Amino acid sequence: MSAAAVPGRLARLRWTFSDGAALVGRELGHLRHRPGELVGALVFPAVMVVLFGYVFGSAISVPGGGDYREFLMPGLFSMVTLTSLMAVTQKVAADAEKGVMDRFRAMPMARSAVPFGHTGADLVGGSLGLVVMVGAGLLVGWAPHRGAVRAAEAFALLLVLRYALSWLGCYLGLVARSEEVADRLGPLVLPLSMLSNAYVPTAGMPGWLRTVAEWSPVSALTASNRVLFGNPGVPAGDAPWPLAHPSLAVLGWSAALLAVFVPLTARAYRRRGR
Amino acid sequence: MSDPIVLAEGLHKRFGATRALRGLDLAVPAGTVCGVLGPNGAGKTTAVRVLATLTGPDAGRARVAGFDVVRDADRVRARIGLAGQHAAVDGRLTGRENLRMFGRLHHLTRRAARARADELLERFGLAAAADRLAGGYSGGMRRRLDLVASLILRPDVLFLDEPTTGLDPRGRTGIWDAVRALAADGTTVLLTTQYLEEADRLADQIAVVDHGRVIATGSPDALKARIGDHLDVVVADPAQAAATAAALATLPGARPAVEAGPGRFSVPVAAGAVRLAEAVRALDRAGVDAADVALRRPTLDEVFLSLTGRPAENTAPDAAPAAAR
Repeated sequence: MSAAAVPGRLARLRWTFSDGAALVGRELGHLRHRPGELVGALVFPAVMVVLFGYVFGSAISVPGGGDYREFLMPGLFSMVTLTSLMAVTQKVAADAEKGVMDRFRAMPMARSAVPFGHTGADLVGGSLGLVVMVGAGLLVGWAPHRGAVRAAEAFALLLVLRYALSWLGCYLGLVARSEEVADRLGPLVLPLSMLSNAYVPTAGMPGWLRTVAEWSPVSALTASNRVLFGNPGVPAGDAPWPLAHPSLAVLGWSAALLAVFVPLTARAYRRRGR
Repeated sequence: MSDPIVLAEGLHKRFGATRALRGLDLAVPAGTVCGVLGPNGAGKTTAVRVLATLTGPDAGRARVAGFDVVRDADRVRARIGLAGQHAAVDGRLTGRENLRMFGRLHHLTRRAARARADELLERFGLAAAADRLAGGYSGGMRRRLDLVASLILRPDVLFLDEPTTGLDPRGRTGIWDAVRALAADGTTVLLTTQYLEEADRLADQIAVVDHGRVIATGSPDALKARIGDHLDVVVADPAQAAATAAALATLPGARPAVEAGPGRFSVPVAAGAVRLAEAVRALDRAGVDAADVALRRPTLDEVFLSLTGRPAENTAPDAAPAAAR
């Protein structure tokens, strides 16, 4: 019996972090070699700001008054948060298809390191993207109005939900098993982000659609941002629970997503090939 | 240590309706190269996946490097290397970055991972390409990098699943050289292949697999002696078919000639029993005008024909990886 190869709990925990860090380093390596990809990923949100801000902004009036671009920015932050999950799905599916996942699985790595690495790397990339979007937002006239602490809270909520969603993305990638399937899933995300209060007020939607939109995590995230940044479009007092308590709703959604998809992902990873 | 370092007993594995393994037994002594030879769909890949802890067997058991592949999977993983049919390296990183990353994932310190990467790149002829993206490598180089990535921890047992399938002759030679170098260092290598020649050149022992079972084992020489060589004869005038068959029948150890096409004959002969010159003389004596006479090793199809009495079925796509994914 060789004791060296049987790590205790503490060593396993350390493995999870060091393996996760190695995989985050891998993602950063990708970005270093393909700066074009990074530029694309960072320019896209900025283009969205201009596109939505001035195209939709010319036609939509904000309930209760206010500038549309001030109304829009929290919505765009949410949209980028949601769509990011597909990038994780694609990366995980590519690893599964190319056999990289099998190599990881045949190594004495912490089982959870691979999903932690993918989701951790996404968080790093997502934070960078957020910085660019904030810059673009400031340029078109958006600003946080309630001080640095509340703004920090808003950004923290964006990153928390993003991280929780990236576990869903990771799970989808393991289930999809091929890049092609993952690519097909991609376009489904945009409509999901539209079905919310992100771009337009929900008040004008037909009843059932309105209910769906009001309970969407994207709506809760957008509403929490509007409240914390002091932007227009803050839900009225008689709004349904998730919009009346948007920050709590975001935390609840995040907790629920993590509670479901962390174990499911771990199980799918362990059982791959069975 | 007389115990085999890889030991599989009665492995069964089913994927839906496909029975990939049906009682596979295998024993590989430490420090040897074992070639697992068989057609697509024979169960080679599934056997490797079970031995490398990627998939659990439905029945039977397997021990690798002294540990059970199911109960002690982590201990097994710490002692094996695996290079599968895909070149499982990250094409968006350089060769050096790939090896450093895998080194870090093997829990080497940053410094040790760098040193090991440099050492392996140098040793396996990848130093010149080390700082290029692996996605731009040739097929042979990519496979070599993949193989090298499985060597970071100096594994006791190295599993190579069809390491040269799809490679050009140069790429193949590169992999063969690497396997020989590892074997010379005492690494136990288990490699699967569809090519008899590959098993012949690299393996100390060959296990022939068909329908999820090992149907023959032995050294390459022993198997070839059992299967024999093949004498191929092409005659200029198809009308001389009968005379040709008669002349070939006089050769020592020859079985009846099979006429593969008009004027084309193939005769299984006992290995080493017939010299080419004898065959030419026998044909000459019979007055047969031979356009071509060649003595060659049996093909995998002929090995199968000889061992199973029927041709190898290459129709099934490799069921294991497709179902496993």
